[in-house]
Amino acid sequence: MNPRITLATTARILRQLRADHRTIAMMLVVPCVLLGLLAWIFDGTPVFDRIGAALLGVFPFVVMFIVTSVATLRERTSGTLERLLTTPLGKGDFMLGYALAFGLMAVVQALVATGFAVWVCGLDVAGPVWLLVVIAVCDALLGTALGLFVSGFAATEFQAVQFMPALVLPQFLLCGLLVPRENLPSVLSTLSDVLPLSYAVDAMRTIASVPDPVGDVSSDIAVIVAAILLSLALGSLTLRRRTP
Amino acid sequence: MRKSVVEPLSADAIVVEHLVVRRGGRSVLPDLSVTVPAGQVVGLLGPSGGGKSTLMRAIVGVQQVESGDVTVLGRPAGHPDLRHRIGYVTQSPSIYADLSVRHNLTYFAQVLGASPDAVDRAIEAVDLTSHADASVSTLSGGQRSRASLAAALVGDPEVLVLDEPTVGLDPVLRRDLWNLFRRLAHDEGRTLLVSSHVMDEATRCDRLILLREGEILSDSTLAELLARTGATDAEEAFLRLVDRAAEARPTDAASKGGPA
Repeated sequence: MNPRITLATTARILRQLRADHRTIAMMLVVPCVLLGLLAWIFDGTPVFDRIGAALLGVFPFVVMFIVTSVATLRERTSGTLERLLTTPLGKGDFMLGYALAFGLMAVVQALVATGFAVWVCGLDVAGPVWLLVVIAVCDALLGTALGLFVSGFAATEFQAVQFMPALVLPQFLLCGLLVPRENLPSVLSTLSDVLPLSYAVDAMRTIASVPDPVGDVSSDIAVIVAAILLSLALGSLTLRRRTP
Repeated sequence: MRKSVVEPLSADAIVVEHLVVRRGGRSVLPDLSVTVPAGQVVGLLGPSGGGKSTLMRAIVGVQQVESGDVTVLGRPAGHPDLRHRIGYVTQSPSIYADLSVRHNLTYFAQVLGASPDAVDRAIEAVDLTSHADASVSTLSGGQRSRASLAAALVGDPEVLVLDEPTVGLDPVLRRDLWNLFRRLAHDEGRTLLVSSHVMDEATRCDRLILLREGEILSDSTLAELLARTGATDAEEAFLRLVDRAAEARPTDAASKGGPA
C-alpha cells in the first residue's frame, strides 16, 4: 500500500461522483425527505423521537452499501479494475480509496440529515448531536465496506442490487427498530447480536435518550469498527490479480 | 537494414515456455512456447478465439495458468517489480467513462508514479489533444480506445502489451498508430506485442506470430513467412499454413487416406 496511490484513488472516485449531480442530490435529499415524512406521519406522538435517531444510522448504511457495490462492480465489468491490478496499486489502496471517498461523502450526508432531523423535524436528542454524526459516518463506512465485499460475488448490476434486500433488510428487521431486541425470540435475538447494524441502532438510541452517552456508545462503536475492518479484509480477498 | 554495432545485445523481453492455460474446462493454450525480442514491434495475429488475449493476459500476469513459465524482463510475469514497467491495454477500452481523458490519465499517472507532464505527452501521442477535456462517455469508439492506450503510455513502460488496439479505427488513424508503435520501439527502445485479427497489419510489424487454436503456426519476419509459404501476403500465407496443418493431421474427420 502507498498513501499517494490511496489518495489518488479517493480523489478519482470523488471526481467521478462530482460529475454525477443527480446521485449526489439523491444521497443528500432522500434521507431528509424520508425523515420528514416519518416526523409528519407520527406528528404529535412520541414515536418519531423513539425511532428517528435510529433511522439516522440506517440511511447512510443502506445508501452507501448500494452505491459502493454498484461502483465496484462497474470497475470489474469495465476492465478498469483488471488494468489497475497490473499497476503498482495495492488491494488496500483500492479498498481504502473507496472507504475514504464514500466516508467523506457520508460526513456530508450525515451532517445534512442530522441537521434536518434535529432542527427542522424537531427530533429530541438528550446526548450530544455531534455523536449522532459520528455514528452515522461509522454506519456509512460499514455500508461501504460490506458493499465492497459483496460486489465480489455479483456478476451483474441486477445481482448487486439484489444483495441489498438479501443482506441489508434482515439486519433492518432484526436491529431493534421494529421490535426491541430483548423481546425477539431467542434465536433471532442471538442473530441480532452478531449483526453490526444492531449496534449502530443501539448507539443511536442511547445518544437520543442518555445525556452523557459517550461511555455507553464507545463499545458499540468498537463493534462497528471491527465489522468495518473485517468486511474490508474479506473484500480485499475478492480482489484477485489473477483470474481464470 | 543492417543492425548497428552499438546496439545493445538484443535480449528477449518476453519468454514463454510450455505455457498451459485452461479456461472453463477447455484447453485454450495446450503447450505454448514463444519469445518476443526487445526493442521490436511483434504482431500477434490470428483468428478470434485463437488464444491471443489469453496469451497476453498471461504475459501481464492477470491470467491463472495451469503450468509453464512466463518471464518478462527477466522476472516472472506478474512480479511486483514489473507493475510499473509493463503497460497493458485490453481489447475493450478500460478507462472511466464518466471522467475526462485528462482526468483519467492524471489518475493513472499518479498510480504509476509518473510526472504530470507525462499526461500531456501521452494525450499528444494518441492525437487526442483537442478532446483532452471531454468526458470519455462523449467520445467515439476509436477515440476511447486511443484514450485507453494513452493511459498505458503515461507510465512510460518498457514493455507494451496491446490487445487489438486498432480495431474499429479508420485507415488514417490506424496508420498513425502503427507509426507511433514503431517509433516507441525503434526510437525509444520499447518492446511492443500487438495483437490483431486484421492480417494486412502484418506489414507494420518487425516480427509476426501466427496463433491459431492455441498453437503457433509461424514465428518469423514477414519476408521469411512469405518465402517459406510462397504466398504474396500475410493472409494467404496464413491460409496455406492452416491447410498444411490440416494435411499433417490425418486424424481430422474429413481425411481418411492419411498424408500423401
